[in-house]
Amino acid sequence: MRDRLTRLLGTALVAGGLALGAGAARAETSLEFYYPVAVGGPITKIVDGMVADFEKGHPDIKVKPIYAGSYQDTITKVLTAIKGGDVPQLSVILSVDMFTLIDEDAIVPYESLVKTEADKAWLKGFYPAFMENSQTGGKTWGIPFQRSTVVMYWNKEAFKEAGLDPETPPQTWDELVAFGKKLTKKDASGNVTRWGVQIPSSGFPYWLFQALTTQNDVRLMNGDGTETHFDDPKVVEALQYWVDLSRKWQIHAPGIVEWGTTPKDFFEGKTAIMWTTTGNLTNVRKNAPFPFGVAMLPEHARRGTPTGGGNFYIFKKSTPEQKAAALTFIEWMTSPERAAQWGIETGYVAVSPAAWETPEMKAYVKDFPPAAVARDQLQYAFAELSTHDNQRVTKALNDGLQAALTGAKTPAEAMKDSQAEAKRILRAYQ
Amino acid sequence: MAESLAPSVDRPSTRRPAGRAAAGQGGLAGWLLLLPAAVLLAAFTHYPAVATFLHSLYSTPRGSRPAHFVGLDNYQAMIQDPVFWQSLWNNAVYALGTIPAAIALALVMALWVNGRIRGRGLLRLAYFTPTVLPMIAVANIWLFFYTPDYGLIDQVGHLFGAGAHNWLGSRSTALACLMVVTVWKEAGFFMIFYLAALQQIAPVLGEAAAIEGAGRWYFFRRVTFPLLMPTTLFVLVNAVINAFRVVDHVVVMTRGGPDNATELLLFYIYEVAFKFWDTAYGATLTMVLLAILAAVALGQFLYFDKRVHYR
Amino acid sequence: MSALVPAAEGEGAAGRLLETAGAWLLGLVWALPLVYALWTAFHPSAYSARFDLLAPLTLENFVRAWAAAPFARYFLNSFLLVTSILAVQLVLSTLAAFAFARFSFRGRDLLFALVLVQLMVMPDVLIVENYRTLRWLGLIDSVLGIGLPYMASAFAIFLLRQTFKTVPRELDEAARVEGCSYLRLLWKVYVPLARPTYVAFGLVSVSYHWNNFLWPLIVTNSVTTRPVTVGLSVFASTDQGIDWSVITAATLLSTAPLLLAFLLFQRQFVQSFMRAGIR
Repeated sequence: MRDRLTRLLGTALVAGGLALGAGAARAETSLEFYYPVAVGGPITKIVDGMVADFEKGHPDIKVKPIYAGSYQDTITKVLTAIKGGDVPQLSVILSVDMFTLIDEDAIVPYESLVKTEADKAWLKGFYPAFMENSQTGGKTWGIPFQRSTVVMYWNKEAFKEAGLDPETPPQTWDELVAFGKKLTKKDASGNVTRWGVQIPSSGFPYWLFQALTTQNDVRLMNGDGTETHFDDPKVVEALQYWVDLSRKWQIHAPGIVEWGTTPKDFFEGKTAIMWTTTGNLTNVRKNAPFPFGVAMLPEHARRGTPTGGGNFYIFKKSTPEQKAAALTFIEWMTSPERAAQWGIETGYVAVSPAAWETPEMKAYVKDFPPAAVARDQLQYAFAELSTHDNQRVTKALNDGLQAALTGAKTPAEAMKDSQAEAKRILRAYQ
Repeated sequence: MAESLAPSVDRPSTRRPAGRAAAGQGGLAGWLLLLPAAVLLAAFTHYPAVATFLHSLYSTPRGSRPAHFVGLDNYQAMIQDPVFWQSLWNNAVYALGTIPAAIALALVMALWVNGRIRGRGLLRLAYFTPTVLPMIAVANIWLFFYTPDYGLIDQVGHLFGAGAHNWLGSRSTALACLMVVTVWKEAGFFMIFYLAALQQIAPVLGEAAAIEGAGRWYFFRRVTFPLLMPTTLFVLVNAVINAFRVVDHVVVMTRGGPDNATELLLFYIYEVAFKFWDTAYGATLTMVLLAILAAVALGQFLYFDKRVHYR
Repeated sequence: MSALVPAAEGEGAAGRLLETAGAWLLGLVWALPLVYALWTAFHPSAYSARFDLLAPLTLENFVRAWAAAPFARYFLNSFLLVTSILAVQLVLSTLAAFAFARFSFRGRDLLFALVLVQLMVMPDVLIVENYRTLRWLGLIDSVLGIGLPYMASAFAIFLLRQTFKTVPRELDEAARVEGCSYLRLLWKVYVPLARPTYVAFGLVSVSYHWNNFLWPLIVTNSVTTRPVTVGLSVFASTDQGIDWSVITAATLLSTAPLLLAFLLFQRQFVQSFMRAGIR
């Protein structure tokens, strides 16, 4: 304790000495900030640049950004640090890891940190769809930062070729099937050379599936993360539709479709429509050798998409000064101008309505209207699947989805099994 | 086999006052020489093997809840876990599929490269190169080969009028695809051991057989193959261990999917321990892996024993 | 050597030809992934699935890969990792092998059997408990942490013991009469005689640890510790999907040192692996 006091005093003296010219003495707070990189491009340089800008305006706070790898790497690093080691003060981690971090007693709710009216207003300034994954039990645990949703990309050339209006994407499930039938192309020997639509199903099929369930107006879990509804008839119906795309209508490649190769399939003209993250916008813009369009996903009972991506979390082990400084930093990083800059440079969806009102963002949207599709779709978005013991519950659903898509089980059987497994896992949390 | 070939240096010497001294104080010196290696081996091989068992009897600590003794609960959960059984089954299929294929190909490669074939230097290079490439890197390339429609395999298939096939995306082919990658990666490695063994077989044997007019197949079956038996055994044991040890390609190519069709035991352990953070259950699964490896060791020991007596 | 497979009477030249063709076909298949990587890495990404001999050549993929991830740092980490592992392995296993080969003490055979356990139960399968141990030691996310479980190598001890046992006793008795200490004897007589074994083991160890993936993936989570294999996987698995042009470029970059060394010293490589395999 005395040690820390001396050090604090020392720091204060040094800082005071430095600030003597300005005539103000203040202590410097230093923060470590972990962030993952999940999209291509020079993300580390962008983050370093933003941190440098922040420090210019806040000479009393030092931020050390640490590139931690993938999302998985980042949470691993944080959880390890918590069990003994240098814990950072803040980090960007998947929004769906909220319950895991709460269960590990690792993070603090933002309500315990916000003080001023301005703080409170800031906390209310984000899109509600992003806040669904950031709040539970009436408290806010994460602040949206690099967030995404699912959108539909279509190949205008293929539409023209199939005799469809290249400017009109399918608006409903039925239209998707009707368009898909026209878009699916076969060669002389009956082999398909182009599919109508592609919804990737490797790795994390639950995320794409959630677009379908949301459109069918059903939620996959409750807000406390203790209960799932995988065997709800509406969920089964959504899965039946996905399975039918290839089984019944034959407009979608059979089996499991790889997430990683889906954009390439689209560029190669192997599918006329693809569903994938908004984060792919820059990639598609750069690599698609044909004119393309971006649209909201088609509707059924309603429109819908899940949200995805990472939130800011503040860790419990920090000192009160660090927590306050971390809050200042996060407020700055998510301010309208910064959120707009981040969205433009990375392809993530800017997280607050105010960000879309900035002159930079308006100019960007004017130049490239597809960028606004994700924003317009947000009003229909639901929270991404997130529960306690999240990865395991997610695997239960993924396994069921893949079983149905590969034809090993009927949709009803598959969802019944997934629900039973999820129920078993979640028993400990009820 | 070098064990028996090596000059037997431990025979009692007629004149060994120095040797006796070595044996006398050798106790302490020997132990001291061993100590550093022994400490590390104990810490990272023997201790963890024992600790795995102990931790499999406890629950996983989470947040503020510490671990507590649960007896055989974890094992009970394992028996009821369909994914565990699936991964065990997959691993068995994977081992039975890759090992004979890799060994047979390795033998054929070694015979070719050892023979009078044209450009054998280049061939040997081609066969062996996969061994020095990291699995993680080549898995990404194989991912392209397997891509439906415009992937390399389907492009070749199109030439013969075949349609697109979703190799990694269907339950029936995904595991086989991984097995092909494994065979491709390992055959060249095993070839080297056969090559080494072949070069130790006296050329006289071949000449004698040629004079007696023995056919090549006959010669291979009756002379070469039996002489290669110890190498085959060595390669076999290595192949079995590798079948349970290498899951890098699973991480890149399928992540265990579709619907657990390519879930191998070690990959499942990795998922449970480092994605679900259920270390106690991870330890329980590791016990199964250890039991399998112990069985292999025992089998090898018994077989070697028999073979030595036979000789 | 070539006489090993005697060309018997009844076989025609056709059979020979068929066999040669088979050997070459297999060779082609085996070389294909590398050939593809070379093709794709040097052409624009539009050609990554189209094989057109007239496609323009480019180095852009390498530039993009190099800029997109800190590969220079990953190289340094890998280099530190393999050299530190090898150095410690060589020292520890030399000492241990010497003890096993030339000393007789109580419990020697049992100890040797315990060493051999590692040949079966490699650190690769004990990930759960070794991770726990490293956390206790505070070595998670350090290069030393990746290497530590491998630094005592049963394989090296086994190989060196075999080699040391072939050293004629007379040599070391002569040295001892001259008053040589054990360590001097080891350094002056045994180590020089075992040089080929050292080279063989060295190559096996370096290529193994340069290529190792799962354990480093688990233990590391920052740029300053990640070896190239893990760096490559982080780099290749972004949300945007796979761009093979850049990935093959990165793949070639990350395997280049080993691949070059292999091509230059092919004979030594193969002979070393052969030597390491002889038991």
